[in-house]
Amino acid sequence: MAVKKTKNINNPLILFLSKNSEPLFSKKNKALLSDPMDDNNPITVQVLGVCSALAITVQLKAAIVMTLSVIAVMSASNVIISLLRDLIPNRIRIIVQLVVVASMVILVDQVLRAYAYDVSKELSIFIGLIITNCIVMGRLEAFALGNGVWRSFLDGFGNAAAYGFILILVAFVRELFGSGNLLGIPVIPEFIYEMGYENNGFMLLSPMALIIVGVIIWIQRSRNRTLIEKG
Amino acid sequence: MLEYANLFIKSIFIENMIFAYFLGMCSYLAVSKTVKTAVGLGFAVIFVLTITVPLNFLIDQYVLQPGALKWIGPEYAEIDLSFLSFIMFIAVIASMVQLVEMIVEKFSPALYGALGIFLPLIAVNCAILGGSLFMQIKDFSGILESSIYGLGSGVGWLLAIVGIAAIREKIAYSNVPAPLRGLGITFIITGLMAIGFMSFMGIDL
Repeated sequence: MAVKKTKNINNPLILFLSKNSEPLFSKKNKALLSDPMDDNNPITVQVLGVCSALAITVQLKAAIVMTLSVIAVMSASNVIISLLRDLIPNRIRIIVQLVVVASMVILVDQVLRAYAYDVSKELSIFIGLIITNCIVMGRLEAFALGNGVWRSFLDGFGNAAAYGFILILVAFVRELFGSGNLLGIPVIPEFIYEMGYENNGFMLLSPMALIIVGVIIWIQRSRNRTLIEKG
Repeated sequence: MLEYANLFIKSIFIENMIFAYFLGMCSYLAVSKTVKTAVGLGFAVIFVLTITVPLNFLIDQYVLQPGALKWIGPEYAEIDLSFLSFIMFIAVIASMVQLVEMIVEKFSPALYGALGIFLPLIAVNCAILGGSLFMQIKDFSGILESSIYGLGSGVGWLLAIVGIAAIREKIAYSNVPAPLRGLGITFIITGLMAIGFMSFMGIDL
């Protein structure tokens, strides 16, 4: 018994495993990754994080960079809050969470400015707005405060990826139909334009983002009728 | 004087927080089921925006900007703290919201009763942080200008949320396709309202 104990302490991985030592990708942990993608999607079902999601979906590139930033911020802050969860007094937890998230966002912002200045200019204030993105705070409150480090990491990653999935989907539709490009490269062949096709410039304006998200919700709820709101 | 009026109108209609930038969508979608609560939250947002935007303007001007610390002494003239702006702004907003909550509770219990539950929510409303971040980008020249911008953005947000709440109260009586009910139709209506607000874009101020 004693031998086993010292072994555990020497093993640094013990920090990241939950107490009853499940395998890293047990069924329950996999569900943390896959649930947000479909029936528990942060944008279309939980309605979190719509704020900064819609404005930057004109171009696919910006949406992808935003997705990566949110994944980085959410996984990191979920892990940090989960590590600190026994130390944070309940009364000031919101401030603590805000400070942790804000520090992560500053890191991401500085990295973007250093390595992708153009995109960072394009995203302008929306990188900063990840701080108040309700999805980050929502997951910290609902999950990281009560769960182990590895599970919180998976939860943060899964939710951010699902958020990014909707973002990229909306951006894909808007860029394809709005400007005929994908990632800035023209994809609609010339002869279609010669037959009279025209880019729908309306797609590039902000109202269409809302309507596309509305349609995505419509499609999702027609497929899965349990999500339909009552009343 | 005229430029202030222009800025006010512009921040309400042309650069509407919700319809042009989608800021504060979370609370906009969550608290727009009845007009009464929507009005309460709307006024709380106006209140907090009008206070935090000028306050953050001062902080940006005298602490964060490159060279802003010159007033302490010439040796500080080269310090650039602008990378700290996110954390400073959110700290100011969170503490201001706390402070406003306590002051309102002390001096106007009636107002506190009306705004009470909404005030703490506001600290994490994107529209509030968005207002401060836009203020930083727009480079306002004075504190008056930034207060007017804050006030105008707040009024625009109030208009949007009261509008959608009124529509949602009415739409409860309509036969919306089941999968669209609730969230879906709200998104689409907001989109249509945003198209309406786009007609203000032609106004040259």
